[in-house]
Amino acid sequence: MSKVYKIKKGLDIPLMGEAEKVVRQGEPARYYGVKPIDFHWMRTKLLAKEGDRVKAGSPLFFNKLQPDVQFPSPVSGKVVSVNRGERRKILEVVVEADSKMEYEEYGRGEPRDMTREQVTDKLVKSGLWAFIRQRPYSVSANPKDVPKSIFISGFDTAPLAPDHDVMVKGEQENFQRGIDALSQLTDGTIHLNLNAEYPPSEVFTRAKGVQHNYFKGPHPAGNVGVQINHIDPINAGDIIWYVYPQDVITIGRLFEKGIYDASKIVALTGSEVEKPLYYRVLRGTSIKPLAGGNVKNGDLRYISGNVLTGKHINSEGYVGFFDDQITVIPEGKYHEFLGWAMPGLNKFSTSRSFFSWLRPNKKYRIDTNLKGGERAYVISGEYEKVCPLDIYPVQLIKAIMIGDIELMEKLGIYEVDEEDFALCEFVCTSKTPVQSIVRKGLNMMIEEMT
Amino acid sequence: MSALRRYIDHIKPHFQKGGKFEKLESTFEAFETFLFVPDQVTTQGSHIRDAMDMKRTMSLVVMSLIPALLFGMWNVGYQHYLATGEMGAGVTTLDLFWEGFKLVLPIIVVSYVTGLAIEFTFAQIRREEVNEGFLVSGMLIPLVLPVDVPLWMVAVATAFAVIIGKEVFGGTGMNILNPALLARAFLFFAYPAYMSGNQVWTHGLMEGKGIVDGFSGATPLAQAAEGNVGQMPPASDMFFGFIPGSIGATSTLAVLIGALILLYTGAGSWRIMLSTFVGGLVMGLILNAFAVNPFMEIPAWQHLVMGGFAFGAVFMATDPVSAARSRRGKYIYGFLIGLLAILIRVVNPAYPEGIMLAILLMNVFAPLIDHYVVESNINKRLKRANLQAA
Repeated sequence: MSKVYKIKKGLDIPLMGEAEKVVRQGEPARYYGVKPIDFHWMRTKLLAKEGDRVKAGSPLFFNKLQPDVQFPSPVSGKVVSVNRGERRKILEVVVEADSKMEYEEYGRGEPRDMTREQVTDKLVKSGLWAFIRQRPYSVSANPKDVPKSIFISGFDTAPLAPDHDVMVKGEQENFQRGIDALSQLTDGTIHLNLNAEYPPSEVFTRAKGVQHNYFKGPHPAGNVGVQINHIDPINAGDIIWYVYPQDVITIGRLFEKGIYDASKIVALTGSEVEKPLYYRVLRGTSIKPLAGGNVKNGDLRYISGNVLTGKHINSEGYVGFFDDQITVIPEGKYHEFLGWAMPGLNKFSTSRSFFSWLRPNKKYRIDTNLKGGERAYVISGEYEKVCPLDIYPVQLIKAIMIGDIELMEKLGIYEVDEEDFALCEFVCTSKTPVQSIVRKGLNMMIEEMT
Repeated sequence: MSALRRYIDHIKPHFQKGGKFEKLESTFEAFETFLFVPDQVTTQGSHIRDAMDMKRTMSLVVMSLIPALLFGMWNVGYQHYLATGEMGAGVTTLDLFWEGFKLVLPIIVVSYVTGLAIEFTFAQIRREEVNEGFLVSGMLIPLVLPVDVPLWMVAVATAFAVIIGKEVFGGTGMNILNPALLARAFLFFAYPAYMSGNQVWTHGLMEGKGIVDGFSGATPLAQAAEGNVGQMPPASDMFFGFIPGSIGATSTLAVLIGALILLYTGAGSWRIMLSTFVGGLVMGLILNAFAVNPFMEIPAWQHLVMGGFAFGAVFMATDPVSAARSRRGKYIYGFLIGLLAILIRVVNPAYPEGIMLAILLMNVFAPLIDHYVVESNINKRLKRANLQAA
């Protein structure tokens, strides 16, 4: 029997620029990028140099810390640049696409008839293993582990989040094949979590070999971390894997066609997009053909992902490995005269001191201004209102700040990821960089464990 | 405004590192960010942020204190006129308010100037932005003092509270005790002659000139403590605040207006306020049940409108830094404050007002309360893990 979990704590931030549920074929881009910075606990080792020719599915680099995990090129073409940041850290590997696509062949197979080893082998070789991540720590899964369960969140509650039902439409078979492959990898349950607020796509409801769970409530109800916390909480030593629905489909296609078919649907959203729509694109595409000419004037911030957890990219940047959303919002680099004292009819806040609460259905155009300076913790009880995990968020963050590994463990760091704390960061009056602190804590734990 | 902005941008380099006035960097920044919300944008984590910041939070609390302040000024004049017998037909509300205003304003100025000077200095030493917390403390301190307190005492107490109470612990957000209450407690123990007894609450009474015969100046609590329950003013007077007492703490009504602002905007914790009042009521009832003297017989609900109980419950107990931080902890913390405040008030004649000591004591225990609340969460997690392992 499927169960409905009610999430009470949380927050839906009402932003302007939700994508209309229309899918367009995205114009092919000239450049595609794969970004090591989309992964945690990563030491990049290149497998292709600048000037090398690659096929779609050829590995571009692998992770020295987890050598089994390598990362495939979404297109065939020529590696044109390896962009590095501070201390020569590799930020992105850029491939210029050929006009005609060539694929690396990995062979077909029906996952149901394959052994666990065969499935793992195919995923690792093709690089599609990178789509599977684990909790704790949100790092790439280790092919040698057997997780106690696998989680798939079939809905996204983040601000302006795309509708998974739109994105998986017509992919029933590939989704099922992907599930079949995943079910070879665990002895436990595959949890497919859906939104109880509306009837979900048949692609999800008809899926076999999964347990359907339903969630009701505001963001972060769609976060896999919240779902794990409610269904099958992680204790020390446990491992749970999670995969996004479109990535399940991509895995399904690998078994069906024997190739890495990198096509997926992304939503172009945000208040500064003229026509927010869904586009069918190839993974890692430059956003230039999508956003160029479709955005308003002004100083803009392009985000791969949503406004809470996404990554800042430039107007020609690349869609992140796991992202199915691009958000464009105004930058907030301006001084506001006595801004903190204004009635604030157009400012969104969880505090009712802003009179915008008088218009509950209003949608906002929120810019990137920090809206105040960073301060010590003064206010209490803010995080608790938006954090539906059975965890004391402030205490955990303080434990991370002082680097107390044992306390972090006791307070439940295994169960969290920075995205689960994004709303805490949003509401924080003291403007504490909560997400980067949580990541610091998770990295400390990994170091400690290895 | 752009002209002002241009001027600020023009003089800013002088206040930055290497400039002529680099020692005033924090001070400059404090004034700059007061006038203009900085143009800083998000660089990591969430790209958008809630519009709420510390300046707005703190100014909300200051706003919620305004009713108590205005009423307090009026009441200072009113009590003074009563004492001198000048209350006649020609005296208007404005006269009373003006009298109080003249007496209270210097205390506020001294409290703010002393406290902010110290805050600015420490911010500069730490090379931090100036925290807004003192905006509230600086207003709370005058409101909990008697009107005739010498100004130098206000300065000494404020300095003590800010330096010993706050800065030595690491500044705003790190303090264990509520700074405003600490200032009051400091004066209470260092200069009891100016902080207790019947003489201090009404302007002019200590000097004793021109006071009408028979005007005692005793607060209702003092009368109750002496067993003169019959001479206590009617409960309505205590509720509205027409009684002698600390400048801003006499009127329960004014405090409740402030409470409404705090609760409505979410700047104050309803959990703490509610549980403090409940705690006070419970102790009142317990005392009623075992009453052996007239003070113990006072109806429990009356305790809530007497003295500074309401003021403490609404503005002092809810200080988020020194209070318990967990939800369950807040209930326990508030309840014990209420309980202890009434207990001290009735049972210990040396301290006619118990709320100050009750809050300070619970400030000290708040981390312990939180510790046990968090510990229960930890134990639950451990139990879950053990269950699975078994």
